[in-house]
Amino acid sequence: MSGAPESSWTVKVREKAVEALPPEKLLPDGQPTYVASWIYMFGVASIASLVVIIASGSILALKGPAWWHYTGVGHFFNSIHMWAVELFFFVMVVHLWGKYWMAAWRGGRSRVWVTGAITFLVAVPTALTGYVSQQNFDAQWISTQAKDGLNAVGVGAFFNVTNFGQMYSYHVLLLPIAVVVLVSAHVLLVRRHGVVPPIEVGARLASVPAADGPPPATAGAGS
Amino acid sequence: MSLLRPKDDTRPWTGSYQPYDLVKEACIAVGVIALLAIVLTVLFSSPDDKPSTIAQWSRQMPVDFVKTAATELDGTSGTATYGPPYNHNGEGQHAAFIHLQKWLGVSHPINTADDYVIRPLETIPDDPALQRALAEYDAAPEKTQKAWGQAYAKPLEEDAEAEEEGKPPPKTVTVNSTTGMVSVQASGTGPVPTMMTSLLSLAQSGGLDGSLLTSRQFFQTDYTKPLLFMADGGLLDQRAEEQHLGGDEWGMMNETGSYPGQAWLWLYAFWYQIEPFKNSENADILVMLAMGVLSLAFIAIPFIPGVRDLPRKIPIYKLIWREHYRAIKPRSNA
Repeated sequence: MSGAPESSWTVKVREKAVEALPPEKLLPDGQPTYVASWIYMFGVASIASLVVIIASGSILALKGPAWWHYTGVGHFFNSIHMWAVELFFFVMVVHLWGKYWMAAWRGGRSRVWVTGAITFLVAVPTALTGYVSQQNFDAQWISTQAKDGLNAVGVGAFFNVTNFGQMYSYHVLLLPIAVVVLVSAHVLLVRRHGVVPPIEVGARLASVPAADGPPPATAGAGS
Repeated sequence: MSLLRPKDDTRPWTGSYQPYDLVKEACIAVGVIALLAIVLTVLFSSPDDKPSTIAQWSRQMPVDFVKTAATELDGTSGTATYGPPYNHNGEGQHAAFIHLQKWLGVSHPINTADDYVIRPLETIPDDPALQRALAEYDAAPEKTQKAWGQAYAKPLEEDAEAEEEGKPPPKTVTVNSTTGMVSVQASGTGPVPTMMTSLLSLAQSGGLDGSLLTSRQFFQTDYTKPLLFMADGGLLDQRAEEQHLGGDEWGMMNETGSYPGQAWLWLYAFWYQIEPFKNSENADILVMLAMGVLSLAFIAIPFIPGVRDLPRKIPIYKLIWREHYRAIKPRSNA
Protein backbone atom coordinates (compact mmCIF):
# COMPACT_ATOMS: atom_id res chain seq x y z
CA MET A 1 0.00 0.00 0.00
CA SER A 2 1.21 3.51 -0.74
CA GLY A 3 -0.13 5.06 2.44
CA ALA A 4 -2.52 7.40 0.57
CA PRO A 5 -4.30 10.00 2.74
CA GLU A 6 -7.87 9.30 3.82
CA SER A 7 -9.03 12.23 1.67
CA SER A 8 -7.90 10.38 -1.49
CA TRP A 9 -10.79 10.09 -3.97
CA THR A 10 -9.33 6.82 -5.18
CA VAL A 11 -9.34 5.33 -1.69
CA LYS A 12 -12.90 6.48 -1.11
CA VAL A 13 -14.13 4.98 -4.39
CA ARG A 14 -12.31 1.71 -3.62
CA GLU A 15 -13.69 1.50 -0.11
CA LYS A 16 -17.22 2.23 -1.29
CA ALA A 17 -16.91 -0.36 -4.06
CA VAL A 18 -15.56 -3.06 -1.75
CA GLU A 19 -18.18 -2.23 0.86
CA ALA A 20 -20.99 -2.55 -1.70
CA LEU A 21 -19.58 -5.62 -3.38
CA PRO A 22 -16.90 -7.52 -1.47
CA PRO A 23 -15.08 -10.08 -3.65
CA GLU A 24 -16.94 -13.04 -2.13
CA LYS A 25 -20.25 -11.41 -3.12
CA LEU A 26 -19.02 -10.41 -6.57
CA LEU A 27 -17.77 -13.90 -7.43
CA PRO A 28 -19.60 -16.23 -5.03
CA ASP A 29 -18.84 -19.92 -4.66
CA GLY A 30 -22.17 -20.76 -3.09
CA GLN A 31 -25.81 -19.95 -3.61
CA PRO A 32 -29.04 -20.41 -1.63
CA THR A 33 -30.58 -23.87 -1.91
CA TYR A 34 -33.81 -22.45 -3.33
CA VAL A 35 -31.95 -21.59 -6.55
CA ALA A 36 -32.92 -24.89 -8.11
CA SER A 37 -34.93 -24.45 -11.30
CA TRP A 38 -34.22 -24.41 -15.03
CA ILE A 39 -35.63 -20.86 -15.15
CA TYR A 40 -32.39 -19.60 -13.56
CA MET A 41 -30.50 -20.69 -16.67
CA PHE A 42 -32.11 -17.98 -18.81
CA GLY A 43 -30.35 -15.10 -17.07
CA VAL A 44 -26.88 -16.47 -17.72
CA ALA A 45 -28.04 -17.58 -21.20
CA SER A 46 -28.95 -13.95 -21.98
CA ILE A 47 -25.43 -12.84 -21.07
CA ALA A 48 -23.92 -15.74 -23.01
CA SER A 49 -25.95 -14.75 -26.09
CA LEU A 50 -24.71 -11.18 -25.71
CA VAL A 51 -21.13 -12.47 -25.64
CA VAL A 52 -21.69 -14.42 -28.89
CA ILE A 53 -23.40 -11.39 -30.49
CA ILE A 54 -20.50 -9.10 -29.60
CA ALA A 55 -17.88 -11.65 -30.73
CA SER A 56 -19.54 -12.33 -34.11
CA GLY A 57 -20.41 -8.65 -34.55
CA SER A 58 -16.78 -7.68 -33.88
CA ILE A 59 -15.61 -10.00 -36.65
CA LEU A 60 -18.16 -8.45 -39.04
CA ALA A 61 -17.09 -4.96 -37.97
CA LEU A 62 -13.40 -5.78 -38.47
CA LYS A 63 -14.04 -6.78 -42.07
CA GLY A 64 -16.47 -3.94 -42.87
CA PRO A 65 -20.20 -3.81 -43.59
CA ALA A 66 -20.07 -5.21 -47.15
CA TRP A 67 -17.82 -8.25 -46.47
CA TRP A 68 -20.60 -10.66 -45.58
CA HIS A 69 -22.43 -10.08 -48.87
CA TYR A 70 -19.70 -11.48 -51.10
CA THR A 71 -17.85 -14.11 -49.04
CA GLY A 72 -19.07 -17.42 -47.66
CA VAL A 73 -17.11 -16.91 -44.42
CA GLY A 74 -18.65 -13.48 -44.02
CA HIS A 75 -22.16 -14.84 -44.56
CA PHE A 76 -21.41 -17.59 -42.01
CA PHE A 77 -20.49 -15.03 -39.34
CA ASN A 78 -23.48 -12.86 -40.26
CA SER A 79 -25.72 -15.88 -39.75
CA ILE A 80 -24.16 -16.60 -36.36
CA HIS A 81 -24.68 -12.95 -35.45
CA MET A 82 -28.33 -13.06 -36.52
CA TRP A 83 -29.14 -16.32 -34.74
CA ALA A 84 -27.35 -15.16 -31.58
CA VAL A 85 -29.61 -12.09 -31.63
CA GLU A 86 -32.68 -14.30 -32.01
CA LEU A 87 -31.48 -16.47 -29.11
CA PHE A 88 -30.68 -13.37 -27.04
CA PHE A 89 -34.22 -12.03 -27.33
CA PHE A 90 -35.78 -15.45 -26.78
CA VAL A 91 -33.86 -16.25 -23.60
CA MET A 92 -34.18 -12.68 -22.34
CA VAL A 93 -37.98 -12.74 -22.74
CA VAL A 94 -38.19 -16.09 -20.89
CA HIS A 95 -35.85 -14.64 -18.21
CA LEU A 96 -38.10 -11.56 -17.83
CA TRP A 97 -41.27 -13.67 -17.59
CA GLY A 98 -39.60 -15.90 -15.03
CA LYS A 99 -38.53 -12.93 -12.93
CA TYR A 100 -42.00 -11.42 -13.21
CA TRP A 101 -43.69 -14.54 -11.82
CA MET A 102 -41.07 -14.68 -9.07
CA ALA A 103 -41.85 -11.00 -8.27
CA ALA A 104 -38.09 -10.60 -8.30
CA TRP A 105 -38.24 -6.92 -7.36
CA ARG A 106 -39.08 -7.84 -3.75
CA GLY A 107 -36.71 -7.18 -0.87
CA GLY A 108 -35.29 -3.92 -2.20
CA ARG A 109 -34.58 -5.32 -5.66
CA SER A 110 -36.67 -2.90 -7.75
CA ARG A 111 -33.54 -1.48 -9.41
CA VAL A 112 -32.64 -4.99 -10.57
CA TRP A 113 -35.98 -5.20 -12.40
CA VAL A 114 -35.71 -1.64 -13.74
CA THR A 115 -32.22 -2.15 -15.22
CA GLY A 116 -33.32 -5.46 -16.75
CA ALA A 117 -36.42 -3.92 -18.32
CA ILE A 118 -34.46 -0.96 -19.69
CA THR A 119 -31.89 -3.37 -21.13
CA PHE A 120 -34.66 -5.10 -23.08
CA LEU A 121 -35.99 -1.78 -24.36
CA VAL A 122 -32.51 -0.57 -25.41
CA ALA A 123 -31.81 -3.92 -27.09
CA VAL A 124 -34.75 -3.33 -29.45
CA PRO A 125 -33.25 -0.29 -31.26
CA THR A 126 -29.84 -1.99 -31.10
CA ALA A 127 -31.29 -4.81 -33.19
CA LEU A 128 -33.29 -2.44 -35.40
CA THR A 129 -30.17 -0.46 -36.31
CA GLY A 130 -28.58 -3.78 -37.29
CA TYR A 131 -31.50 -4.70 -39.52
CA VAL A 132 -31.40 -1.33 -41.33
CA SER A 133 -27.59 -1.53 -41.71
CA GLN A 134 -27.66 -4.80 -43.64
CA GLN A 135 -27.36 -3.12 -47.07
CA ASN A 136 -29.87 -5.49 -48.66
CA PHE A 137 -33.58 -5.48 -49.48
CA ASP A 138 -34.54 -6.10 -45.85
CA ALA A 139 -32.66 -2.94 -44.89
CA GLN A 140 -34.41 -0.95 -47.63
CA TRP A 141 -37.86 -2.18 -46.66
CA ILE A 142 -37.46 -2.02 -42.87
CA SER A 143 -35.89 1.46 -42.93
CA THR A 144 -38.56 2.95 -45.19
CA GLN A 145 -41.27 1.41 -42.98
CA ALA A 146 -39.68 2.26 -39.63
CA LYS A 147 -39.10 5.91 -40.52
CA ASP A 148 -42.79 6.81 -40.23
CA GLY A 149 -43.20 5.81 -36.58
CA LEU A 150 -39.96 7.55 -35.62
CA ASN A 151 -40.78 10.67 -37.65
CA ALA A 152 -44.26 10.84 -36.11
CA VAL A 153 -42.81 11.32 -32.62
CA GLY A 154 -40.02 13.63 -33.77
CA VAL A 155 -37.25 11.07 -33.22
CA GLY A 156 -36.63 10.92 -36.99
CA ALA A 157 -35.29 14.47 -36.81
CA PHE A 158 -32.09 13.23 -35.16
CA PHE A 159 -32.25 9.43 -35.64
CA ASN A 160 -32.59 8.80 -39.38
CA VAL A 161 -33.07 5.11 -40.17
CA THR A 162 -32.48 5.74 -43.90
CA ASN A 163 -29.00 7.12 -43.15
CA PHE A 164 -26.77 4.03 -43.28
CA GLY A 165 -23.73 5.79 -41.81
CA GLN A 166 -25.61 7.01 -38.76
CA MET A 167 -27.36 3.68 -38.18
CA TYR A 168 -24.12 1.71 -38.52
CA SER A 169 -22.45 3.94 -35.92
CA TYR A 170 -25.35 3.42 -33.54
CA HIS A 171 -25.34 -0.32 -34.18
CA VAL A 172 -21.66 -1.13 -33.76
CA LEU A 173 -20.76 1.36 -31.04
CA LEU A 174 -23.26 3.57 -29.24
CA LEU A 175 -26.13 1.18 -28.54
CA PRO A 176 -23.95 -1.89 -27.75
CA ILE A 177 -22.10 0.25 -25.19
CA ALA A 178 -25.45 1.19 -23.65
CA VAL A 179 -26.54 -2.48 -23.54
CA VAL A 180 -23.25 -3.63 -21.98
CA VAL A 181 -23.34 -0.85 -19.35
CA LEU A 182 -26.96 -1.71 -18.47
CA VAL A 183 -26.26 -5.45 -18.30
CA SER A 184 -23.21 -4.77 -16.10
CA ALA A 185 -25.27 -2.61 -13.75
CA HIS A 186 -27.99 -5.27 -13.69
CA VAL A 187 -25.56 -8.08 -12.84
CA LEU A 188 -23.78 -6.03 -10.16
CA LEU A 189 -27.14 -5.23 -8.56
CA VAL A 190 -28.03 -8.95 -8.59
CA ARG A 191 -24.68 -9.68 -6.94
CA ARG A 192 -25.25 -7.01 -4.32
CA HIS A 193 -28.80 -7.97 -3.38
CA GLY A 194 -28.66 -11.70 -4.05
CA VAL A 195 -31.26 -13.85 -5.79
CA VAL A 196 -34.74 -13.05 -4.57
CA PRO A 197 -35.97 -15.62 -1.98
CA PRO A 198 -39.17 -17.61 -2.53
CA ILE A 199 -42.49 -15.80 -2.08
CA GLU A 200 -44.36 -15.90 1.23
CA VAL A 201 -41.63 -17.61 3.14
CA GLY A 202 -41.11 -14.90 5.73
CA ALA A 203 -39.55 -15.84 9.03
CA ARG A 204 -40.45 -19.51 8.61
CA LEU A 205 -37.98 -20.10 5.77
CA ALA A 206 -35.43 -17.58 6.95
CA SER A 207 -35.00 -19.74 10.02
CA VAL A 208 -34.13 -22.89 8.05
CA PRO A 209 -30.70 -23.81 9.41
CA ALA A 210 -27.70 -23.74 7.13
CA ALA A 211 -26.63 -27.12 5.85
CA ASP A 212 -23.59 -27.86 3.71
CA GLY A 213 -21.91 -25.11 1.74
CA PRO A 214 -20.32 -21.80 2.58
CA PRO A 215 -21.70 -19.52 5.29
CA PRO A 216 -24.16 -16.84 4.18
CA ALA A 217 -21.64 -14.02 4.33
CA THR A 218 -19.70 -15.50 1.42
CA ALA A 219 -22.71 -16.37 -0.65
CA GLY A 220 -23.97 -14.27 -3.48
CA ALA A 221 -26.39 -14.59 -6.28
CA GLY A 222 -26.83 -16.59 -9.38
CA SER A 223 -28.81 -15.02 -12.14
CA MET B 1 -46.40 1.50 3.08
CA SER B 2 -47.13 3.72 0.09
CA LEU B 3 -47.89 3.28 -3.60
CA LEU B 4 -44.19 3.38 -4.43
CA ARG B 5 -43.12 1.41 -1.37
CA PRO B 6 -45.55 -1.47 -1.01
CA LYS B 7 -45.59 -3.77 1.99
CA ASP B 8 -42.70 -6.14 1.50
CA ASP B 9 -41.96 -8.87 4.04
CA THR B 10 -39.16 -10.43 1.99
CA ARG B 11 -36.25 -11.06 4.30
CA PRO B 12 -32.61 -11.71 3.50
CA TRP B 13 -31.91 -15.41 3.15
CA THR B 14 -30.27 -16.94 6.23
CA GLY B 15 -30.94 -20.55 5.31
CA SER B 16 -28.74 -23.17 3.70
CA TYR B 17 -26.38 -22.74 0.75
CA GLN B 18 -25.08 -25.07 -1.91
CA PRO B 19 -21.76 -24.99 -3.78
CA TYR B 20 -21.87 -22.93 -6.95
CA ASP B 21 -19.23 -22.27 -9.65
CA LEU B 22 -20.29 -19.04 -11.33
CA VAL B 23 -17.37 -18.80 -13.76
CA LYS B 24 -17.79 -22.41 -14.88
CA GLU B 25 -21.51 -21.87 -15.41
CA ALA B 26 -20.88 -18.73 -17.49
CA CYS B 27 -18.28 -20.51 -19.66
CA ILE B 28 -20.59 -23.46 -20.27
CA ALA B 29 -23.45 -21.08 -21.16
CA VAL B 30 -21.33 -19.24 -23.72
CA GLY B 31 -20.28 -22.58 -25.22
CA VAL B 32 -23.85 -23.86 -25.44
CA ILE B 33 -25.23 -20.64 -26.96
CA ALA B 34 -22.35 -20.45 -29.46
CA LEU B 35 -23.00 -24.07 -30.43
CA LEU B 36 -26.73 -23.41 -30.82
CA ALA B 37 -26.02 -20.36 -33.02
CA ILE B 38 -23.65 -22.42 -35.18
CA VAL B 39 -26.18 -25.25 -35.53
CA LEU B 40 -28.91 -22.77 -36.53
CA THR B 41 -26.46 -21.15 -38.96
CA VAL B 42 -25.59 -24.47 -40.60
CA LEU B 43 -29.27 -25.45 -40.82
CA PHE B 44 -30.85 -22.15 -41.86
CA SER B 45 -28.12 -19.59 -42.81
CA SER B 46 -29.49 -16.00 -42.99
CA PRO B 47 -31.40 -13.98 -45.59
CA ASP B 48 -29.63 -11.61 -47.97
CA ASP B 49 -31.92 -10.55 -50.82
CA LYS B 50 -30.14 -8.08 -53.05
CA PRO B 51 -31.23 -4.46 -52.68
CA SER B 52 -33.29 -2.82 -55.40
CA THR B 53 -31.76 0.02 -57.40
CA ILE B 54 -33.36 2.92 -59.21
CA ALA B 55 -31.90 1.48 -62.42
CA GLN B 56 -33.75 -1.81 -61.86
CA TRP B 57 -36.94 0.00 -60.94
CA SER B 58 -36.87 2.18 -64.07
CA ARG B 59 -36.14 -0.83 -66.30
CA GLN B 60 -38.67 -3.24 -64.77
CA MET B 61 -41.45 -0.72 -64.12
CA PRO B 62 -40.82 2.26 -66.46
CA VAL B 63 -44.42 3.54 -66.26
CA ASP B 64 -44.37 3.44 -62.46
CA PHE B 65 -40.99 5.20 -62.45
CA VAL B 66 -42.19 7.99 -64.76
CA LYS B 67 -45.45 8.36 -62.82
CA THR B 68 -43.50 8.67 -59.54
CA ALA B 69 -41.04 11.15 -61.06
CA ALA B 70 -43.96 13.23 -62.37
CA THR B 71 -45.52 13.39 -58.89
CA GLU B 72 -42.13 14.39 -57.45
CA LEU B 73 -42.03 17.19 -60.03
CA ASP B 74 -45.57 18.46 -59.44
CA GLY B 75 -45.25 18.10 -55.65
CA THR B 76 -47.94 15.48 -55.05
CA SER B 77 -45.83 12.41 -54.15
CA GLY B 78 -45.69 10.87 -50.68
CA THR B 79 -42.34 12.48 -49.95
CA ALA B 80 -43.32 15.84 -51.48
CA THR B 81 -46.34 16.12 -49.16
CA TYR B 82 -44.75 14.38 -46.14
CA GLY B 83 -43.92 17.39 -43.99
CA PRO B 84 -41.21 17.25 -41.30
CA PRO B 85 -38.45 16.10 -41.17
CA TYR B 86 -38.23 16.38 -45.00
CA ASN B 87 -40.16 19.56 -45.90
CA HIS B 88 -42.83 22.00 -44.80
CA ASN B 89 -45.47 20.73 -47.24
CA GLY B 90 -47.42 18.81 -44.62
CA GLU B 91 -48.33 19.15 -40.97
CA GLY B 92 -47.13 15.68 -40.02
CA GLN B 93 -48.98 13.44 -37.60
CA HIS B 94 -50.35 14.54 -34.27
CA ALA B 95 -52.19 13.20 -31.23
CA ALA B 96 -54.56 15.79 -29.73
CA PHE B 97 -52.37 18.84 -29.05
CA ILE B 98 -49.09 16.90 -29.45
CA HIS B 99 -47.39 17.81 -32.74
CA LEU B 100 -43.95 16.29 -32.15
CA GLN B 101 -43.25 15.82 -35.85
CA LYS B 102 -43.91 19.51 -36.54
CA TRP B 103 -42.15 20.73 -33.40
CA LEU B 104 -38.89 18.93 -34.24
CA GLY B 105 -38.80 20.63 -37.64
CA VAL B 106 -37.17 19.90 -40.99
CA SER B 107 -33.80 18.26 -40.38
CA HIS B 108 -33.31 16.37 -43.68
CA PRO B 109 -34.60 18.83 -46.30
CA ILE B 110 -35.82 17.33 -49.57
CA ASN B 111 -37.21 19.40 -52.43
CA THR B 112 -38.56 16.57 -54.56
CA ALA B 113 -38.75 18.55 -57.83
CA ASP B 114 -35.20 19.87 -57.52
CA ASP B 115 -33.57 16.84 -55.87
CA TYR B 116 -35.20 14.03 -57.88
CA VAL B 117 -35.75 15.66 -61.28
CA ILE B 118 -34.21 19.06 -62.04
CA ARG B 119 -30.70 18.69 -60.55
CA PRO B 120 -30.09 15.17 -61.88
CA LEU B 121 -31.17 16.38 -65.36
CA GLU B 122 -28.78 19.31 -65.11
CA THR B 123 -25.89 16.86 -64.86
CA ILE B 124 -26.62 15.43 -68.35
CA PRO B 125 -24.22 17.01 -70.86
CA ASP B 126 -24.56 17.57 -74.66
CA ASP B 127 -28.34 17.39 -74.94
CA PRO B 128 -29.60 20.68 -76.47
CA ALA B 129 -33.29 19.55 -76.44
CA LEU B 130 -33.08 18.83 -72.72
CA GLN B 131 -31.28 22.13 -72.02
CA ARG B 132 -34.07 23.99 -73.82
CA ALA B 133 -36.74 22.04 -71.90
CA LEU B 134 -35.07 22.80 -68.57
CA ALA B 135 -34.71 26.47 -69.47
CA GLU B 136 -38.40 26.65 -70.46
CA TYR B 137 -39.44 24.91 -67.23
CA ASP B 138 -37.21 27.12 -65.13
CA ALA B 139 -38.54 30.30 -66.73
CA ALA B 140 -42.21 29.37 -66.24
CA PRO B 141 -44.23 30.57 -63.23
CA GLU B 142 -44.71 27.98 -60.48
CA LYS B 143 -48.43 27.69 -61.30
CA THR B 144 -47.62 26.77 -64.90
CA GLN B 145 -44.95 24.30 -63.79
CA LYS B 146 -47.48 22.52 -61.59
CA ALA B 147 -50.10 22.52 -64.36
CA TRP B 148 -47.62 20.92 -66.79
CA GLY B 149 -46.64 18.31 -64.26
CA GLN B 150 -50.23 17.43 -63.35
CA ALA B 151 -51.30 17.25 -67.00
CA TYR B 152 -48.46 14.79 -67.63
CA ALA B 153 -49.11 12.76 -64.47
CA LYS B 154 -52.87 12.38 -65.00
CA PRO B 155 -52.77 9.68 -67.74
CA LEU B 156 -50.08 7.85 -65.76
CA GLU B 157 -52.25 7.83 -62.65
CA GLU B 158 -55.22 6.58 -64.70
CA ASP B 159 -53.01 3.82 -66.04
CA ALA B 160 -51.94 2.84 -62.50
CA GLU B 161 -55.56 2.85 -61.27
CA ALA B 162 -56.68 0.67 -64.18
CA GLU B 163 -53.88 -1.80 -63.43
CA GLU B 164 -54.79 -1.88 -59.75
CA GLU B 165 -58.46 -2.51 -60.54
CA GLY B 166 -57.65 -5.08 -63.21
CA LYS B 167 -59.20 -3.01 -65.98
CA PRO B 168 -57.72 -2.56 -69.49
CA PRO B 169 -55.12 0.26 -69.38
CA PRO B 170 -55.91 3.52 -71.24
CA LYS B 171 -54.16 3.94 -74.58
CA THR B 172 -52.67 7.26 -73.54
CA VAL B 173 -49.66 5.53 -71.97
CA THR B 174 -47.48 3.17 -74.02
CA VAL B 175 -44.11 1.53 -73.47
CA ASN B 176 -41.66 0.81 -76.28
CA SER B 177 -40.67 -2.78 -75.57
CA THR B 178 -37.32 -2.35 -77.35
CA THR B 179 -36.08 0.87 -75.78
CA GLY B 180 -38.10 0.72 -72.55
CA MET B 181 -39.17 4.33 -73.15
CA VAL B 182 -42.59 5.58 -72.03
CA SER B 183 -44.89 7.72 -74.21
CA VAL B 184 -47.65 9.75 -72.61
CA GLN B 185 -50.32 11.31 -74.78
CA ALA B 186 -51.51 14.45 -73.07
CA SER B 187 -51.87 18.12 -73.91
CA GLY B 188 -50.65 21.09 -71.91
CA THR B 189 -47.57 19.29 -70.63
CA GLY B 190 -44.99 21.87 -71.82
CA PRO B 191 -41.40 20.63 -71.57
CA VAL B 192 -42.23 17.88 -69.06
CA PRO B 193 -42.30 14.93 -71.56
CA THR B 194 -38.77 15.81 -72.74
CA MET B 195 -37.58 16.05 -69.13
CA MET B 196 -39.19 12.77 -68.14
CA THR B 197 -37.78 10.91 -71.14
CA SER B 198 -34.29 12.12 -70.26
CA LEU B 199 -34.77 11.24 -66.59
CA LEU B 200 -35.93 7.74 -67.52
CA SER B 201 -32.86 7.28 -69.75
CA LEU B 202 -30.59 8.53 -66.96
CA ALA B 203 -32.24 6.17 -64.46
CA GLN B 204 -32.07 3.15 -66.77
CA SER B 205 -28.35 3.79 -67.36
CA GLY B 206 -27.76 3.76 -63.58
CA GLY B 207 -26.82 7.41 -63.49
CA LEU B 208 -29.64 8.49 -61.21
CA ASP B 209 -28.57 6.07 -58.43
CA GLY B 210 -25.21 7.81 -58.23
CA SER B 211 -26.59 11.26 -58.85
CA LEU B 212 -28.90 11.13 -55.83
CA LEU B 213 -26.07 9.99 -53.57
CA THR B 214 -23.17 12.22 -54.60
CA SER B 215 -24.99 15.52 -54.83
CA ARG B 216 -23.17 16.93 -51.82
CA GLN B 217 -19.88 15.09 -51.45
CA PHE B 218 -17.89 12.20 -52.88
CA PHE B 219 -18.03 9.86 -49.86
CA GLN B 220 -21.65 9.30 -48.96
CA THR B 221 -23.46 7.12 -46.47
CA ASP B 222 -26.86 8.81 -46.36
CA TYR B 223 -29.39 6.96 -48.54
CA THR B 224 -32.38 9.05 -47.46
CA LYS B 225 -33.05 10.62 -50.87
CA PRO B 226 -32.86 7.52 -53.09
CA LEU B 227 -34.72 5.39 -50.53
CA LEU B 228 -37.59 7.86 -50.20
CA PHE B 229 -37.78 8.23 -53.99
CA MET B 230 -38.01 4.46 -54.38
CA ALA B 231 -40.51 4.19 -51.54
CA ASP B 232 -42.77 6.64 -53.42
CA GLY B 233 -42.79 4.18 -56.33
CA GLY B 234 -44.06 0.65 -56.55
CA LEU B 235 -41.00 -1.62 -56.74
CA LEU B 236 -40.27 -1.90 -53.01
CA ASP B 237 -43.97 -2.45 -52.28
CA GLN B 238 -44.18 -5.11 -54.94
CA ARG B 239 -41.18 -7.00 -53.60
CA ALA B 240 -42.44 -6.65 -50.03
CA GLU B 241 -45.87 -8.00 -50.95
CA GLU B 242 -44.27 -10.97 -52.70
CA GLN B 243 -42.41 -11.69 -49.46
CA HIS B 244 -45.46 -11.04 -47.23
CA LEU B 245 -43.84 -8.03 -45.59
CA GLY B 246 -46.73 -5.58 -45.98
CA GLY B 247 -47.98 -3.47 -43.09
CA ASP B 248 -51.22 -5.49 -42.97
CA GLU B 249 -49.08 -8.62 -42.56
CA TRP B 250 -47.26 -7.36 -39.45
CA GLY B 251 -44.88 -5.33 -41.60
CA MET B 252 -41.33 -4.60 -40.67
CA MET B 253 -41.07 -7.16 -37.86
CA ASN B 254 -40.77 -9.77 -40.62
CA GLU B 255 -37.83 -10.59 -42.83
CA THR B 256 -37.51 -11.95 -46.33
CA GLY B 257 -37.78 -15.72 -46.53
CA SER B 258 -39.06 -17.79 -43.62
CA TYR B 259 -36.86 -16.24 -40.95
CA PRO B 260 -38.17 -15.12 -37.56
CA GLY B 261 -37.26 -11.45 -38.11
CA GLN B 262 -37.79 -9.01 -35.28
CA ALA B 263 -40.41 -11.05 -33.44
CA TRP B 264 -39.87 -8.87 -30.36
CA LEU B 265 -41.68 -6.06 -32.23
CA TRP B 266 -44.92 -8.07 -32.29
CA LEU B 267 -46.74 -5.76 -29.90
CA TYR B 268 -45.70 -2.68 -31.90
CA ALA B 269 -46.88 -4.30 -35.15
CA PHE B 270 -50.03 -5.61 -33.47
CA TRP B 271 -51.58 -2.16 -32.95
CA TYR B 272 -51.48 -1.49 -36.70
CA GLN B 273 -53.74 -4.52 -37.23
CA ILE B 274 -56.63 -3.23 -35.09
CA GLU B 275 -58.90 -0.19 -34.79
CA PRO B 276 -58.67 2.66 -33.97
CA PHE B 277 -55.04 2.57 -35.13
CA LYS B 278 -55.53 0.59 -38.33
CA ASN B 279 -57.29 3.28 -40.37
CA SER B 280 -56.19 6.37 -38.47
CA GLU B 281 -54.33 9.12 -40.34
CA ASN B 282 -52.26 9.48 -37.18
CA ALA B 283 -51.67 5.75 -36.66
CA ASP B 284 -47.89 6.08 -36.31
CA ILE B 285 -47.88 8.62 -33.48
CA LEU B 286 -50.77 6.87 -31.72
CA VAL B 287 -48.96 3.51 -31.85
CA MET B 288 -45.67 5.05 -30.73
CA LEU B 289 -47.33 6.86 -27.82
CA ALA B 290 -49.15 3.68 -26.81
CA MET B 291 -45.86 1.78 -26.89
CA GLY B 292 -44.17 4.57 -24.94
CA VAL B 293 -46.75 4.33 -22.16
CA LEU B 294 -46.55 0.53 -22.12
CA SER B 295 -42.74 0.65 -22.04
CA LEU B 296 -42.78 2.97 -19.04
CA ALA B 297 -45.31 0.68 -17.35
CA PHE B 298 -43.05 -2.30 -18.09
CA ILE B 299 -40.11 -0.58 -16.39
CA ALA B 300 -42.29 0.49 -13.46
CA ILE B 301 -43.96 -2.89 -12.81
CA PRO B 302 -42.54 -3.08 -9.23
CA PHE B 303 -44.44 0.12 -8.43
CA ILE B 304 -47.79 -0.52 -10.15
CA PRO B 305 -50.46 -1.87 -7.80
CA GLY B 306 -52.25 -4.87 -9.21
CA VAL B 307 -49.60 -5.71 -11.81
CA ARG B 308 -46.93 -6.13 -9.12
CA ASP B 309 -49.31 -8.23 -7.01
CA LEU B 310 -50.32 -10.68 -9.73
CA PRO B 311 -47.39 -13.09 -9.17
CA ARG B 312 -48.60 -13.72 -5.60
CA LYS B 313 -52.16 -14.38 -6.78
CA ILE B 314 -51.27 -16.69 -9.67
CA PRO B 315 -48.88 -19.08 -7.94
CA ILE B 316 -46.53 -19.93 -10.78
CA TYR B 317 -43.80 -19.30 -8.21
CA LYS B 318 -44.81 -22.54 -6.49
CA LEU B 319 -43.80 -24.35 -9.66
CA ILE B 320 -40.51 -22.46 -9.92
CA TRP B 321 -39.56 -23.10 -6.30
CA ARG B 322 -41.29 -26.48 -5.99
CA GLU B 323 -38.05 -28.23 -4.90
CA HIS B 324 -37.61 -25.70 -2.15
CA TYR B 325 -41.17 -25.88 -0.86
CA ARG B 326 -41.01 -29.68 -0.97
CA ALA B 327 -37.72 -29.64 0.97
CA ILE B 328 -39.05 -27.48 3.79
CA LYS B 329 -42.46 -29.13 4.09
CA PRO B 330 -41.50 -31.92 6.55
CA ARG B 331 -39.69 -29.38 8.68
CA SER B 332 -42.76 -27.11 8.93
CA ASN B 333 -45.00 -30.05 9.68
CA ALA B 334 -42.76 -31.23 12.46
